[in-house]
Amino acid sequence: MADVKNGNRHWLEHPATQTFLIPILAVALSFAIGAIFIVIVGQNPFEVYSTLFSQTLGTSYGIGQLLFKTTPLIFAGLSVALCFRAGLFNIGAEGQLQIGAFATALVGMYTMGVPPVIEIPLLILAGMIGGGLWGFIPGYLKAKTGAHEVINTIMLNFVAAALVSYFVTNVYNVPATVHTPPISPTGRLPRFDALFSGFEGSPVNFSILIALLAAVFVWYYIDRTRYGYELRVVGLNPKAAEYGGISVAKNIIVSMTIGGAIAGLVGTNFVMGYKYYFEEGFSIGTGFMGIAVALLGNNNPFGVILAALLFGMLEYGGLVINTMVPKELVSILQAIVIIFVISSNKIFRRILVNFLKKRTLSVND
Amino acid sequence: MPYAIELLNITKRFARTVANDNVTLKVSAGTIHALVGENGAGKTTLMETLYGLYQPDGGEIRIHEKKVSIRSPHDSISLGIGMVHQHFMLVPPLTAIENIVLGAEETKNALLDLKRATAELSELSSRFALTVPLDEKVENLGVGIQQRVEILKAIYRKADILVLDEPTAVLTPQESVQLFRILSELKAEGKTIVLITHKLNEVMSISDHVSVMRRGKIVGEVETASTSPQDLAQMMVGRPVLLRVEKETRQPGNPVLVVNGLSHVDRRGITVLKNVSLEVSSGEILGIAGVEGNGQSQLVECIAGLIKPSSGSITIDGIQIVGLNAREVFARGLAHVPEDRLKRGLVVDMDIKENLILGMHTQARFSSRLALRRKAIKENAELLITKYDVRPMNSEALTRGLSGGNQQKVIIARELSRAAQLIVASQPTRGVDIGGIEFIHRTLVQARDSGKAILLVSADLNEILSLSDRIAVMYNGEIVRIFPDNRIEESELGMYMTGSKQSEEKGASNG
Repeated sequence: MADVKNGNRHWLEHPATQTFLIPILAVALSFAIGAIFIVIVGQNPFEVYSTLFSQTLGTSYGIGQLLFKTTPLIFAGLSVALCFRAGLFNIGAEGQLQIGAFATALVGMYTMGVPPVIEIPLLILAGMIGGGLWGFIPGYLKAKTGAHEVINTIMLNFVAAALVSYFVTNVYNVPATVHTPPISPTGRLPRFDALFSGFEGSPVNFSILIALLAAVFVWYYIDRTRYGYELRVVGLNPKAAEYGGISVAKNIIVSMTIGGAIAGLVGTNFVMGYKYYFEEGFSIGTGFMGIAVALLGNNNPFGVILAALLFGMLEYGGLVINTMVPKELVSILQAIVIIFVISSNKIFRRILVNFLKKRTLSVND
Repeated sequence: MPYAIELLNITKRFARTVANDNVTLKVSAGTIHALVGENGAGKTTLMETLYGLYQPDGGEIRIHEKKVSIRSPHDSISLGIGMVHQHFMLVPPLTAIENIVLGAEETKNALLDLKRATAELSELSSRFALTVPLDEKVENLGVGIQQRVEILKAIYRKADILVLDEPTAVLTPQESVQLFRILSELKAEGKTIVLITHKLNEVMSISDHVSVMRRGKIVGEVETASTSPQDLAQMMVGRPVLLRVEKETRQPGNPVLVVNGLSHVDRRGITVLKNVSLEVSSGEILGIAGVEGNGQSQLVECIAGLIKPSSGSITIDGIQIVGLNAREVFARGLAHVPEDRLKRGLVVDMDIKENLILGMHTQARFSSRLALRRKAIKENAELLITKYDVRPMNSEALTRGLSGGNQQKVIIARELSRAAQLIVASQPTRGVDIGGIEFIHRTLVQARDSGKAILLVSADLNEILSLSDRIAVMYNGEIVRIFPDNRIEESELGMYMTGSKQSEEKGASNG
């Protein structure tokens, strides 16, 4: 076959371009479709969108809020992305983060007065162990019995929600609330507005740095280590992994555990950085949004950060435009983004290919 | 003679490639026309365009000298075109006759009525010597018979033009001979046949005309009687090709691989290996001939540590390897070219350099305890790419985009770079083009000459006969015969391969 490469490859054909271009097109198209809904509810889409952008990106308070909403999405997105690279569909980030955050709060309650240098790492570790355990279980079941991780992670989400709910309402609660007693003050992560001017009033805190570190870790682990190499081989071709002497079972267990541990870090934002206690229902589907974040971010850790920023913006933006349009509009926008991202790969690629074909034709003729 | 098919200036583009570039092919009615070319030359695309699976980007199709527009297989079938694909399009749990009438079935009171079809099909099958057990489920039929079902299906739908895509790829020599007999019958009845193949001896024995494709273009059209395999090969590749393997006889050294009394019962409880014993010595190639599915794959997987034998022993250089996993067997001196490069041999969504370390990624030269040594991995790839002439010469190209031949070169490069004493090569040239086959054969012979022990498993008898120093035949999980040299007739090997001849000790009266 005559290849049309040899250097004169069109820039649109470059994989990197497509990696960025396709999600951007998907997002742009979703906003366009969202505009139709805005018109239907009798508002001016330009006004609504300009409010959305100016209130989230235009003020430092807005940015602070946005970053606060972004942080858990990064953890959840990384968790799903890492498992996905190993060929596993982790629907269980929601349960993992519940268990992880609860573990953080629980350990924090019982370690009053431990100095911060010990307390903070200890609480982070507690979250990772809790989440990691909740990832390990479906990983182990998949590796040893072949039980599908999608089913098992979904089931474990229910188990996690019920367990946590029981303990928060019956065992460890502050009367008349659905939250636990506070954690040791030494386990608190400072809020940005306590240190810099500008983010006043917004709860964004140092856990976002943990999230960024986690992204760098995931990138390094997957891309640069030999364990990451094994994980990718298992994810892309388990038969070839077997052939190359790579244990598929071990890699399934390890990646589900690490994925769970990363999801378990969500507690650093809410428990250690915001309310200083665990509250039932603190995460409204963060783990599920993580799936969308990972998809939009193309399962790349840095893509996950960008995608989490977008979803963080939409989440906070929903509150901002609440007075103009029903808050469901933002849910619609989020859903459309997800639908487009999932189905867009093929569609947009075909559009690109046709566009390029026409160009080549006109050049040749 | 009038033309049955005229493909005029057909162009078909895929995303970044031109599969058919202004191709013109004319086939006279009532002839057998061979379409040859390397993998990826565009033969199948051209024929699938004729069959309506693709729409050409340019050009015209004429059938029986009338311009037609073929939008789908439905159109081509009503024009009398039938196609037997490389991978059969049959529904395994249905019977042969149900498959044949599928989509054209007759009903009586909403129930399937096969009476008329049965009568018509038995007439057709006796007319063309196309014997098929019509009421047997397709999943119980051998590939040769399944292929007949496909042919019968096309004829039942009144096809007078029949396209066969690499029909002999899955057949034994005997089955191929039978197929050719059927094709001759069909031709005698006035049918027009297009045969896609890259086996040149088939072209010579059955076709009337040959068209050669290379890189999406027709590069030659000749009458079969006036050409030779050598000329055809040169047209296909674009340069002179050595069809024979040049190889001197060597004195083998000490045994490297010793397999003794190996048996394996698979998950379904079927004994797929029965008491297999063999030896491969340093400096020799032992070829294993056999129809696929007679235990060769399991034998190789036992040696490679991918499955555990039920009993028996395997040693490499005297060290027992039964019970070791794949990585441990590699460490004991195995190199393994797996039979299915896409399934096992490569991670196609990884680039060349990462594929070149598969199974070696834990070695100190490629990784520390934690991190991959990226520079060493890249240098290794660049070295091997140059040495084995892998195209493109870019260590960061995804292996998915490589041609079959280049993918195979990546695997061969990796396996030979293991510096192992034993090379197990399964179907090393399957789906590889002529130029690549030549290279891979030369590489294997060089490895032999440098003292490696090579176990070669291949469904291609030519390959077995031309490369092997000794030949073992497997049938039904057993080694039925080991020939001490490679001076055997293909037909005789075929008899052993199909079980119609047993080893001398067991069935001397047959011989």
